[in-house]
Amino acid sequence: MTQLYVIAGYLAVLITLGVCASRLSRGTSKDYLLASHSIGPVLLLLSIFGTTMTAFALVGSTGESFSRGVGVYGMLASSSGIIHSLCFFVLGVKLWQFGHKYGYRTQVQFFRDRLESDRFGLVLFPVLVALVIPYLLIGVMASGIFINVVTQGRVVAGENGPAVQGGTFAEGTFPSFFEDGSLNEKTGERDGFAGATGSKGGLPRHIASLVICAVVLGYVFFGGMRGTAWANGFQTSVFMILGVVMFYLLTQQLGGEGSFIANLKKLSASIPDTKLVREGNISPTKFFTYMLVPLSVGMFPHLFQHWLTAKRASTFKLSVVMHPIFIMIVWAPCVLMGAWAAGALVNVPPPVAADPNKVLAFMVRSTGSDLLAGLLTAGVLAAIMSSLDSQFLCLGTMFTTDVVQHYSAKDRFTDSQVTWIARSFIVAIVAVTYTLSLFEPGAVFALGVWCFSGFSSLFPLCFAALYWRGLTKWGAYASVLTTIAVWFYLLDASDYARDEAYAIPVTLGGSTYEVMPVVPMFLASTFALVVVSLLTRRPSEATLAKFFPEKN
Amino acid sequence: MKPPASMKVLVWGLVLLLIVLHQDVWFWNDTRLFLGIVPITLLWHMGISLGAGITWWLATKYCWPTELEEAVLQETPQGGKP
Repeated sequence: MTQLYVIAGYLAVLITLGVCASRLSRGTSKDYLLASHSIGPVLLLLSIFGTTMTAFALVGSTGESFSRGVGVYGMLASSSGIIHSLCFFVLGVKLWQFGHKYGYRTQVQFFRDRLESDRFGLVLFPVLVALVIPYLLIGVMASGIFINVVTQGRVVAGENGPAVQGGTFAEGTFPSFFEDGSLNEKTGERDGFAGATGSKGGLPRHIASLVICAVVLGYVFFGGMRGTAWANGFQTSVFMILGVVMFYLLTQQLGGEGSFIANLKKLSASIPDTKLVREGNISPTKFFTYMLVPLSVGMFPHLFQHWLTAKRASTFKLSVVMHPIFIMIVWAPCVLMGAWAAGALVNVPPPVAADPNKVLAFMVRSTGSDLLAGLLTAGVLAAIMSSLDSQFLCLGTMFTTDVVQHYSAKDRFTDSQVTWIARSFIVAIVAVTYTLSLFEPGAVFALGVWCFSGFSSLFPLCFAALYWRGLTKWGAYASVLTTIAVWFYLLDASDYARDEAYAIPVTLGGSTYEVMPVVPMFLASTFALVVVSLLTRRPSEATLAKFFPEKN
Repeated sequence: MKPPASMKVLVWGLVLLLIVLHQDVWFWNDTRLFLGIVPITLLWHMGISLGAGITWWLATKYCWPTELEEAVLQETPQGGKP
């Protein structure tokens, strides 16, 4: 029960933050959606970092290291440190300038103006929404699963089949729909309370997901962007601090020696050689080409909105500098713990080893500390919710701005009505996302990296819009449509993401190399953009002067 | 005072260098532990993260688009509609 109290206390703090933020509201839609461009350097750093880091930063990094060794830090973390800051510096600051100067709230507004094409929005809008939705679903489902796992009891053999001991809730506390898990395709019946997907005495995952959605909706609904930024700042601090605390406590518990250093040495000595090297775990070309994936942050619509909240251009400086360091603080301990888990000192049982995302939770639970389990859950939820809130707010902003306001007469709605329309859309998006999560689209987890690759392939479009006068609307159409076509073609070839190791074989000089699917997507998108732009007419001089002003 | 153009070249050169150093094939099969604690490849990439922080600090110092700070704010009242 202790872990449930920790989680409940944590969620209560978030709601309080949302309510406090709403009290500071200036009552305008600009304040609700962009916090009136008032966010300073520290809060911008924390909110951008929290938005880009998901539960994967804590749970996935440990699991990946457990499976593929410590090389995953280079592939996923240090590459992001270089590329994310590059995007903030090269794209973020310029987009902030145009957003501030011309009053943009969404990417679609910017591209419509820059390309002199109203209809381009009709192509870009659904692509951005479609790429964000799986990302949202992953957050909603992962939060429910995680809360359920840490509040579960132990499954033991009973007289009438498996039974649960030491669960937080007795069987029958919740309706059987929530407790009995998924429908088993072989038997045609649900798994049951103690079955593989049953609640096992924990808070049922659909109810846990509902609570998380309600809490995020609460502080986004009342606090808007200001509430989201505050909550993100708080949550980023929470998951960073708890990550370090957890690392220290686990080291002490798992090592069993007197000093922290002795424990570190003992645990690291237990790492098998196969997890210290990349041979057999990651191919050099996949490692290299993975660097294109973090370019996705350049086109995340929710990050675009966070960029616009900055008070001034120089506000970005702290984010650009500290982002790689923050990644290191969160990722390095988790990667080390994942490698320890592969050693003899942490006895990971086969069912947990089969699902590496459960390795960190297993390590924490193996210490027998309910408080530690509660703190870990709060840290993981912080990482999940600090992305979910921005995505809900951003989709609400996009529907309000790019659809309702754009296709209505100029003064059709008052400013207050615009805020309420945005709130209504946010409620609807949360409701739709939660409903979709009830259908348990398990394949959505594998779609994560594909969504990132889709966003990365749109990076050339954003870059060209800011730095190349020659970009035309037809070049932009070609880039987006090529991205969609290649994305679907490769997704189909990967058996709709079921083949998680899917890579493109490239033969050069008699040798075959594996590259990530993002490479052909990115190259095709860039090629289409450049060739078609060179063959078609540029925007008017007035538009070019607006986006490429003469330097004094 | 405007920073010298050579600093811009240096900073962007450092970004490229980081990307090259990131492909540490020389540690691909190295099983050593630094001080008996940190795997050498993990230590190297933590160094890359620190190096990225330093490089981007130099970028904010010498390559920052100062003209943006002086940009006159001319916001329109209705979103992106002029």
